[in-house]
Amino acid sequence: MSSKNFKYLTGPFSANNPVIVQILGICSALAVTVQLKPAIVMALSVTVVTAFANLVMSLLRNGVPARIRIIVQLVVIAALVILVDQVLKAYVYEVSKQLSVYVGLIITNCIVMGRIEAFALANKPWPALLDGIGNGLGYGLILVVVAFFRELLGSGSLLGYRIVPESWYIAEGGYYANCGLMLFPPMALIIVGCIIWVHRSRNKDLQEK
Amino acid sequence: MGLRKIVDNLKPAFSEGGKFGFLASTFDAFETFLFVPNTTTSKGAHIRDCNDMKRTMIVVVVALLPALLFGFYNTGYQHFLSQGVAPEFWASLWFGFLKVLPLIVVSYVVGLAIEFGFAQVRGHEVNEGFLVTGLLIPMIMPVDIPLWMVAVATAFSVVFGKEVFGGTGMNVFNPALLARAFVFFAYTPFISGAEVWIAGLGSGEGVVDGFSGATPLEHMATDGTLGYSALDAFLGFIPGCIGETSTVAILLGAVVLLFTGIASWRTMFSVFVGGLAMGYLFQWTGVTAYPAWWHLIVGGFAFGAVFMATDPVTSAQTDTGKYIVGFMTGALAVLIRAVNPAYPEGMMLSILFMNALAPLVDYYVVEANIRRRNKRVKLAK
Repeated sequence: MSSKNFKYLTGPFSANNPVIVQILGICSALAVTVQLKPAIVMALSVTVVTAFANLVMSLLRNGVPARIRIIVQLVVIAALVILVDQVLKAYVYEVSKQLSVYVGLIITNCIVMGRIEAFALANKPWPALLDGIGNGLGYGLILVVVAFFRELLGSGSLLGYRIVPESWYIAEGGYYANCGLMLFPPMALIIVGCIIWVHRSRNKDLQEK
Repeated sequence: MGLRKIVDNLKPAFSEGGKFGFLASTFDAFETFLFVPNTTTSKGAHIRDCNDMKRTMIVVVVALLPALLFGFYNTGYQHFLSQGVAPEFWASLWFGFLKVLPLIVVSYVVGLAIEFGFAQVRGHEVNEGFLVTGLLIPMIMPVDIPLWMVAVATAFSVVFGKEVFGGTGMNVFNPALLARAFVFFAYTPFISGAEVWIAGLGSGEGVVDGFSGATPLEHMATDGTLGYSALDAFLGFIPGCIGETSTVAILLGAVVLLFTGIASWRTMFSVFVGGLAMGYLFQWTGVTAYPAWWHLIVGGFAFGAVFMATDPVTSAQTDTGKYIVGFMTGALAVLIRAVNPAYPEGMMLSILFMNALAPLVDYYVVEANIRRRNKRVKLAK
């Protein structure tokens, strides 16, 4: 893999992250991050969709007239999302129930169409595929970090396993209580804000004037 | 002046280039706390007043004292009442003092530590705003709240309510109310219901059988009565947050604030008018069965109107805007109380909501003024 291609893959992890730098896909980052497990499944689903949507659209890029490209993109994305939805229902039914409409709403995730428009339509299939994988994983990275804090502080568990011992809770005679605010979407926004805060203070070139 | 000399001797070490130069803003904070600064404004024209920010904040703290002292007393009074013991004055005051003091200490230590930290890192002076916020936070908490919750809430409100916006004077929301809102949504069972407002009631030890700690607000929301006499509610002998119960003590503070011109009478007045108007609307339409003026003497209505809604930073800046925002704050508080069964108290949410709308109201007031003057120019031509 050439260094240029490698950059397409790893750039979205930090310097060009879709969530915290391009501020895309915020809506689902708020909705599916109450617990870690749905967040991971969502991250993988989005990665698959962005990767293959980029690949397919890059292959079709010279055959699709510019005027109808949005419709073609939607058909491709919708087909991929339905595939992902069926796979989730078949193998991880419980999580699929938890994610409910948000799997279907991957179609409207700004990252998917944003990457097709911005990258896949102007690049060869291999870089487009790498770009799709990179952006999906970059999105997933933020999702997992947010979900980690929300599940740990809001429910006292991780991936469903109890981390904070029962005996710590006030009802059991301890001094601890879960932060109920973590279960509300606004707190996800604040955590994303904190991530952006840390990220910007470490990457000075990203700071807005 | 021994103290002045000590401060002057220490100054070189804490100034830029000195041994403790990195602590310059901390030193400056303590110096200006002790002495009125002798520096003058370096640029631009300013209207100067002998009253600087620190003095202003001290006046607000003084205005809070009657409500705080009564809060001490009432904490003990309600506790002894729930235990079936005749509440004596000094014993009640002392009990309440010991109960409330830790809350005040925690709020100040956590808040000031964060303020000093941010001032140090960003290299600006420590602002005085927290002097008031740090006292307001414990006064709007239930007495039995775990101390670490107060610490977390204070940290949250100082960092996310104030510092991320740029510090004192830049905040959109009232920091003290933000701390309460944080506790309210994060640790709901500890700040709602009938069990939390009286010291020792939650644990149930020694409590008289059948004693109910329900606040007048909860009575009003559930059975339409006050549960206490209106005079008790006005004087403050009711369960509630530490500083909010006594309307009389709060009005004493209001007199201080209005006399010194620190709080806006326009805001204060229109909050009460708004609450009363909305209350009467509900009374006449039959939504609520109790008299409208009850709203003004129970819960945090008076406290919010006098100390929170008048916050010079988060309230409206224009005179007309103050009337509008004040009126809507009062009206909205009563609306939430009367209509939403989940929230017996609406003052906190209504003030925070109007904090968010205040800049918009100001904008339209200013725009309307510009339009009016433009029209006048055209007429003159």
